[in-house]
Amino acid sequence: MKILVAIKQVPDTATQVKIGADPRAIDTAGITWIVSPYDEFAVEEGLRIKEKRGQGEVVAVSLGPERVKEALRSCLAMGCDRAIHLNDPAWNDADTLATARALAAVVKQEQPQLLLCGRQAIDDDMGAVTAQLAELLGWPCAYWIMEETVDADGKSARVARQVEGGLEIFDIPLPAVLAAQKGLNEPRYPTLKGIMGAKKKELKDVKAGDLGLAAEPPQLSVVGLEALPPRAAGRIIQGDVPTAAKELVRALREDAKAI
Amino acid sequence: MANAFWCIVEDDRQGLPKKVMAEVIGEASRVSGGHAEAVWLTDKATDAGLAQLGAWGATRVWLLEHATFAPYRSEVWVGALADLTAKESPKAIFGAVTSRQRELVARLAARLGVGLAADCIAFAMDGDRLVATRPVYAGKILAKVTWAKGPWVATLRPNVFRPAESQPGRTAAIEKPATAPPAAVMKFVERREEASTGLPELAEAEIVISGGRGMKGPENYVILEEMGRVIGAAVGASRAAVDAGWRPHRFQIGQTGRTISPKLYLGFGVSGAIQHLAGMRTSKVIVAVNKDAEAPIFKIADYGIVADLFEVVPELTKEFKKLLEK
Repeated sequence: MKILVAIKQVPDTATQVKIGADPRAIDTAGITWIVSPYDEFAVEEGLRIKEKRGQGEVVAVSLGPERVKEALRSCLAMGCDRAIHLNDPAWNDADTLATARALAAVVKQEQPQLLLCGRQAIDDDMGAVTAQLAELLGWPCAYWIMEETVDADGKSARVARQVEGGLEIFDIPLPAVLAAQKGLNEPRYPTLKGIMGAKKKELKDVKAGDLGLAAEPPQLSVVGLEALPPRAAGRIIQGDVPTAAKELVRALREDAKAI
Repeated sequence: MANAFWCIVEDDRQGLPKKVMAEVIGEASRVSGGHAEAVWLTDKATDAGLAQLGAWGATRVWLLEHATFAPYRSEVWVGALADLTAKESPKAIFGAVTSRQRELVARLAARLGVGLAADCIAFAMDGDRLVATRPVYAGKILAKVTWAKGPWVATLRPNVFRPAESQPGRTAAIEKPATAPPAAVMKFVERREEASTGLPELAEAEIVISGGRGMKGPENYVILEEMGRVIGAAVGASRAAVDAGWRPHRFQIGQTGRTISPKLYLGFGVSGAIQHLAGMRTSKVIVAVNKDAEAPIFKIADYGIVADLFEVVPELTKEFKKLLEK
């Protein structure tokens, strides 16, 4: 069974993010980059499916500039068999739809039975590419997957989707797109052997022209970025605990009108 | 109608729209100057539900009623919605940030070949274009975005927008266009209900209580749930508490959990790591209780108490009880 995992490289949550000289983008100097956490759940799930079946191939794919190779290498170190890097300035202004179109073109070439993604990337939190890929491919799609089992014959999967108030269980015919939610699994750390082995694995550059695509104007574009306005300074309520509790409840009712 | 702002209805699966729809319809009405319309895909609508959408200010309700719409499956819903969109050419399509609409609206935008702005917290018209504001990079930055062409597709973060007032005198025209939804590809097996805590749903609650690593163990959340029952709050947890196995993941607030925006957030033993702030920093009033005066959460808190939460929580619950029993 061939499994494709689409991942995104994003700034580490704890990293300082500053608006760049072009106020529509961030200043990428000094940023620590990671594989988006939800995408790690997707990679882990792909590897587990392969291990359980005793055969198969897990291919990691990502779109972005040269630095994205580092993220793909860490997927290879986790155990992916090879990686595809959509690396072309034609995609510099790619919005979710242009990204989904590029990834869909790769899926059509590779023809996996399963496409795994994270439920959203933690940089722009749009959470759209997975569903848009499903739409462009005409495949069924299940979001926020908490459990997944591929049938022995590899023709369908039973998935548990997290919804408000519970889980919904579906049988989904393959090929299909699944979006990983936290709780699906616990991603492994790459071993030293994995890290060394990753250097020998195939990491292929793909240009827009290779997929028969050209630069397209984005359907959604950023007008500008603004730093979050700082919150007004708060107040530490002093005094012993009973006094402080009384004063807090009074302030919430009378000053903040929050209760 | 070509100037309509559509609001995709999120319902309680029992035939009534959820209260987040008051916010979506309220904002759509405000931005469009009174042209909000509701689009409701369901297996069963109720008259009370239809009346409620009108009372919130929807001028028209497009009701697509069909057994195959439940449970929600994107391949069914997108086909039906795209057909209606092609016929009626709305100016914008708004949804709420819920587990299903996150997927639905993204897939619909791809079908229509238009842009999507997800999880928006503000909208403004700039001449004849719509500009949406949405938090990015763990909420550290706000991005203003706009669309190359319509319909403008967006989802709205719950609890951020001012809800429309329910005015019983207002009624919507009900349209029931013929719908032939695509056949479902995904086969529904079952629904597993969560054990109910009897407290409000985290993402929609107006008051949220959150317990962090300072809670010391799963058994101690009962004191937060007791407070929750007194003030009608949902009880959530930080990632540290969820990763320790104290609470199931569905209770996690933060970047890899739920994003919440309640009127009042009360954090107990929560340090305020960036990934937690990403999920709650748009809360209106923030209260923090932590033994550690240096905890980063105090930097964004409106009110703080530096003390042992196990002393503060019972006192606070007592005071809340006194206040609300008056």
